[in-house]
Amino acid sequence: MSHEHVSNIGRIWKVFGILSAVTIVEVYLGILKPDFLFMNDFLSMNLLNWIFYALTVFKAYYIVWAFMHMEGEKSTLKSAVVFPVIFLILYILFILLTEGDYIYGVFKNSTIKWNF
Amino acid sequence: MEATVTTANSEEKTWGGGNEPMGASYGKLMMWFFIVSDALTFSGFLAAYGFSRFKFIETWPLADEVFTHFPFMHGVSAPMYYVALMTFILIFSSVTMVLAVDAGHQMKKNKVVLYMFLTIIGGLIFVGSQAWEWKNFIKGEYGAIETKGGSLLQFVDKEGHRVALADFATTMSDEREQLTRSKGKWFMSEPALPSYSVAEVQAGFEAHPELLIRTEVLTKAKQKTILSREESLARLSQAHYVVEGANLQRNEYGSKLFADFFFFITGFHGFHVFSGVILNIIVFFNVLVGTYEKRKSYEMVEKVGLYWHFVDLVWVFVFTVFYLV
Repeated sequence: MSHEHVSNIGRIWKVFGILSAVTIVEVYLGILKPDFLFMNDFLSMNLLNWIFYALTVFKAYYIVWAFMHMEGEKSTLKSAVVFPVIFLILYILFILLTEGDYIYGVFKNSTIKWNF
Repeated sequence: MEATVTTANSEEKTWGGGNEPMGASYGKLMMWFFIVSDALTFSGFLAAYGFSRFKFIETWPLADEVFTHFPFMHGVSAPMYYVALMTFILIFSSVTMVLAVDAGHQMKKNKVVLYMFLTIIGGLIFVGSQAWEWKNFIKGEYGAIETKGGSLLQFVDKEGHRVALADFATTMSDEREQLTRSKGKWFMSEPALPSYSVAEVQAGFEAHPELLIRTEVLTKAKQKTILSREESLARLSQAHYVVEGANLQRNEYGSKLFADFFFFITGFHGFHVFSGVILNIIVFFNVLVGTYEKRKSYEMVEKVGLYWHFVDLVWVFVFTVFYLV
């Protein structure tokens, strides 16, 4: 291992605080479901869900960077791990969600009315 | 750029082995690549969940009506509190894990032992919580009716509160006896019968004029549709099957795929947590007997730590996708 072994207990607890705070905000919003977020859509998903996903990625960043100590790794390792995951996930999400929405349209507008 | 040129070693060593172009040992690098492939597996599952949900976007169950239980609080609707608690437990066990890795870097054996132990305890509590969550999900609370067309009908009172089958279904004397192996003519048996037959539910519904039926369809206000009394009676005449709780065929919460994905994804994640606990226990005993002290490196703790954090990372996404969105 190339990085030096300084103790970073302070940072660990700080990250724990951040992750806890974000989780509390998520649960609070999930129970409250404020109408101005829940009923308004952006790119056919409501704003509340966008917030949830943004907070989730935010938490994921802290887990990978601080807990898995990605911040101390070489940039080649960072790129080799992060880029394939991000691009493949965006790709599969795009394909599957578009297709799912299309099938929803088929169910809704064609003669097939329900589960088969 | 670091990526293109290997400068770490002298020329003689380049082809001699022991070269670490990414600055990480072989074991750690392979753990990272395993995590990448596992992350893609999980995203495949979650994307499939999204696919099915988009397919049935108008009839998908509302998560905060499904997961409402909290230990020792019977009959209290507590959406999400329990799963939030589980999330905290898992994040906290991640913290103790990273503290163990940190203590390992400083070669403090006793601290590593303590933090590994706490991590294992956290993992076990999480798996136990998941089992409890499954138990409630499988057992169900209210019961529902499946129609011939495959849609699901739930029962509510005038205020829109859910009503359980047990609260209104009548008991008829001509109830069918369950066919078991001991009573069969040949090697015959059948799956467990529901507590009430379709006829009992229909009769009970007719006897209680205050009851209404709630369908799976979401309204503009993102609530489930409640039918009028006449429509309710008409829909109930199409009843075909009494659904109680959840299994892989049908569930009382709504779309059949909902329970399938819940079982599969949280089950697969739970299996990962379980494997992580086993790995942690193995490494814990290695720390205890001083294997890494002799090796003068606690890198093994770091490697299982990576896996453990990954399990936490996946849970963060499962939590969002199943419980929040």
